[in-house]
Amino acid sequence: MISTIRWKDLGTPARVSERLVDLEVDGIPVSVPEGTSVLRAAAEAGISIPKLCATDSLEAFGSCRLCLVEIEGCKGYPASCTTPVAAGMVVHTQTRKLADIRRGVMELYISDHPLDCLTCSANGNCELQDMAGAVGLREVRYGYEGENHLDLKKDTSNPYFTFDPSKCIVCSRCVRACEETQGTFALTIDSRGFESKVSAGMNEAFMDSECVSCGACVQACPTATLMEKSVIDLGQAEHSVITTCAYCGVGCSFRAEMKGNELVRMVPNKDGHANHGHSCVKGRFAFGYATHKDRITTPMIRDKISDPWKQVSWEEAITHAASEFKRIQAKYGRGAVGGITSSRCTNEETYLVQKLVRAAFGNNNVDTCARVCHSPTGYGLKATLGESAGTQDFDSVDKTDVVLVIGANPTDGHPVFASRMKRRLREGAKLIVVDPRTIDLVRTPHVEASHHLKLRPGTNVAVVNALAHTIVTEGLANEAFVAERCEAKDYAKWKAFISEERNSPEALEAETGVPAAEVRAAARLYATGGNAAIYYGLGVTEHSQGSTMVIGIANLAMLTGNIGREGVGVNPLRGQNNVQGACDMGSFPHELPGYRHVSDTATRTLFEQNWGVKLESEPGLRIPNMLDAAIDGSFRGIYVEGEDIAQSDPGTQHVTAALEAMECVVVQDLFLNETAKYAHVFLPGSSFLEKNGTFTNAERRISPVRKVMPSLSGKEDWEITAMLAEALGYPMPYKHPSEIMDEIARLTPTFTGVSYAKLDELGSIQWPCNDQHPVGTPVMHVDEFVRGKGRFLITEYVPTEERTSRKYPLILTTGRILSQYNVGAQTRRTFNSMWHDEDRLEIHPSDAELRGVKTGDWVGVSSRAGETVLRALITERVQPGVVYTTFHFPESGANVITTENSDWATNCPEYKVTAVQVEPVTQPSEWQKRFRTFTEQQEELLEEARETTQA
Amino acid sequence: MDIERLVKMANDIAHFFHSEPDHEEAVKGVLGHIQRFWDPRMRKALAAHVDQGGSGLIPLALEAAKQLPKAGQTA
Repeated sequence: MISTIRWKDLGTPARVSERLVDLEVDGIPVSVPEGTSVLRAAAEAGISIPKLCATDSLEAFGSCRLCLVEIEGCKGYPASCTTPVAAGMVVHTQTRKLADIRRGVMELYISDHPLDCLTCSANGNCELQDMAGAVGLREVRYGYEGENHLDLKKDTSNPYFTFDPSKCIVCSRCVRACEETQGTFALTIDSRGFESKVSAGMNEAFMDSECVSCGACVQACPTATLMEKSVIDLGQAEHSVITTCAYCGVGCSFRAEMKGNELVRMVPNKDGHANHGHSCVKGRFAFGYATHKDRITTPMIRDKISDPWKQVSWEEAITHAASEFKRIQAKYGRGAVGGITSSRCTNEETYLVQKLVRAAFGNNNVDTCARVCHSPTGYGLKATLGESAGTQDFDSVDKTDVVLVIGANPTDGHPVFASRMKRRLREGAKLIVVDPRTIDLVRTPHVEASHHLKLRPGTNVAVVNALAHTIVTEGLANEAFVAERCEAKDYAKWKAFISEERNSPEALEAETGVPAAEVRAAARLYATGGNAAIYYGLGVTEHSQGSTMVIGIANLAMLTGNIGREGVGVNPLRGQNNVQGACDMGSFPHELPGYRHVSDTATRTLFEQNWGVKLESEPGLRIPNMLDAAIDGSFRGIYVEGEDIAQSDPGTQHVTAALEAMECVVVQDLFLNETAKYAHVFLPGSSFLEKNGTFTNAERRISPVRKVMPSLSGKEDWEITAMLAEALGYPMPYKHPSEIMDEIARLTPTFTGVSYAKLDELGSIQWPCNDQHPVGTPVMHVDEFVRGKGRFLITEYVPTEERTSRKYPLILTTGRILSQYNVGAQTRRTFNSMWHDEDRLEIHPSDAELRGVKTGDWVGVSSRAGETVLRALITERVQPGVVYTTFHFPESGANVITTENSDWATNCPEYKVTAVQVEPVTQPSEWQKRFRTFTEQQEELLEEARETTQA
Repeated sequence: MDIERLVKMANDIAHFFHSEPDHEEAVKGVLGHIQRFWDPRMRKALAAHVDQGGSGLIPLALEAAKQLPKAGQTA
């Protein structure tokens, strides 16, 4: 949907109230909710009152004195932004006196402002300029010779925006945005009176301060004081398109501001249902990868991975790939090939990949990267509640009284939602954190966790059992809810199990490392503190008992009746942008779209009739099974779209050995990623800016992805899959992704009401969307669970086999950081690397001292699976005995050391628990040396292909 | 398929169902999980391993795996 680039700003935030207040503004009757400001009431009536310090994303501040009004019966000239409406109020916004006051105010502002409008980057999109015009400023009587701020130095330290204090009017919008919207409190107004100035941190450069570069201050600034460097370079955009961020599972809505086909900036959409106008450093600024020189835009093929790449036409590449898959199937059997799709793909792309595998390959060997992140969520929530998805919308947190965060680090992983959560916590909601590390949320400005259960990695299930034991045995369970909503027989069985003394906090304290009293206190707070909501992440799922833990979480919510209404629920914080969607679209080897098992005859028949082929009724191979089967020779060819298993999956050496064992590896991606270095066919993909489709975020929200520029390779990804299917003999004659969504809607009961037209109309839709829920479903399981009655399942704690020993005395756990994203293919190709340019090993001071390690030293990290070398970072964020790293850089080899242990139900890898030893070293590991040599070879082979074409 | 890996996977599944007080339900749980989530070649490999004694399988996993169809039988 193309729109102009100016927002309508109503001045102050909306108020929600059932009581409406009637007043009159400039003779126009207005009716607004109680608590609304006069400024907003006027704006809603179409009357613009001049303003500078007010904006509708921030609470009123009342400092600029421009929005003064006259109110009959009221003395003086009150600021309309801070004056709430009252019944019968009669307001005048334009009088001779008000005009004089406003001109006087503007005159003062402009007397200390550079008069460089024609060359200013905000020219044409500047509120100060607009207000000067609105108040009719014609002269500045004070001159410009007096003391002023015009020579203040510009801060250009941030790679994405500049801070030019000479243009600052000290309206505090940036400071308030940092506090209210982002919750970082990195900005302040330093000094007083004329000396007042915006300061990052303790008068530091932005890059040296605590600023997280979310862009909220830039967005709030009414002048060019805080300005995107891209706007300074390119000028103001001329049109914009609403689309959805391609980073994390929050799924922020953005307005891509364009100049022709060039992206000027990404601005968070005020009307975005997931983000309400907020953003983070990735979505707001880190889009440069889309036009990075490393992009491959021409298809390539080769016979062996030691051969140079040959650039070929689309037709030749597709024909070659299809003929290879057919040859392999003819020689080794129908099940010898498969496909992997990605959470970085759109719903429509994922749907087509699984359709290609099922209809054209004729098997169910399709999987997605949710295998290695949230597959236990799908299993655990389906088994207990009946649907493989979170139960709430993000807005629900506004009504939460107790937030229980388990194994998630939203500040880094889901920053925009974290800001929302922190706002609620600042309002007084209580916080319980269950995490081995002292994540930022434990203690952040104006927020402190009531309880931090700092457990030993791998003991999640013991902790959740201890919490449930406390609630049951202390009589805190919501027995009425359970009796009405849950299976009685299963509950009785579970209750007997959980009540056993061995599940008590005291009995498990030695195992978990969490003091029993702390567990009991947390359990009491969760059960009795009002609306309690659980938010969890990969610290729950990426364990050998990942699915058990998800079940334990669902048990906890059902036990306390914290499900089925606003403010409560079970909320998986999905890692990537379309994890939920990838799972919804049937990309697991045992499920067709809509989580229906392939053995279900009725479902299969529905798809067979629609797709015109016979479908396999047996489950296919999961990613780790495909890799094992490749090693044993029964799996020989793979089509990988948007995923990089050679970096993201555990046991790197096993993964690469499996890829090397295959006869045809087809990779469809933006870059020659780690997996593509083992490929025989490379199909150049398109970035999220170059295609149409939809993403589904962690709250089941389907949001539009819209093409804002032509695809660099000439094809959108769904077109490539359709071409490959047709070359395999299975026609996919779609003309537009909207037709793919129409097919999904026809075949999937939870999507029946979804269409591109409805998405355009509503902006986004939370599934289920069907006849029963025509505009979607913000909160699930309201009157009954999707499966009918909720089902308690026994969650026996089974310690992981990955135990520490004398040889491997430390536990390594892995995670993510704010500025980088997943395998880093996108963010490493942006300025985000200025914040994080390598993966480091966090180690506790006592463990470091024992080993003679200092921050910055190279350390060897060895496990039963392998060895790598990282730089050490000494910090008390980790507890003694635990070390931590990220996996954003391939050369770090974080997954060289992770093991093949996995979740019992889904094979989700146990990334979070690896027994390791850490020792000072002086050179890279043997794997890293081999990796560098191989990478150099592959880059040379790519370069040869490029040079050959240019010649 | 790597039989050691399959044995470990089957044992992991059995560990989950081990606490089920109704033994028949527990066996059904393990067997059902393997049938619903494992590719046929994995099930066949495990069944063949059971034919040879099923070493490494814990009792509950072994009991369930014995009920897997043998090669040539339909699932």
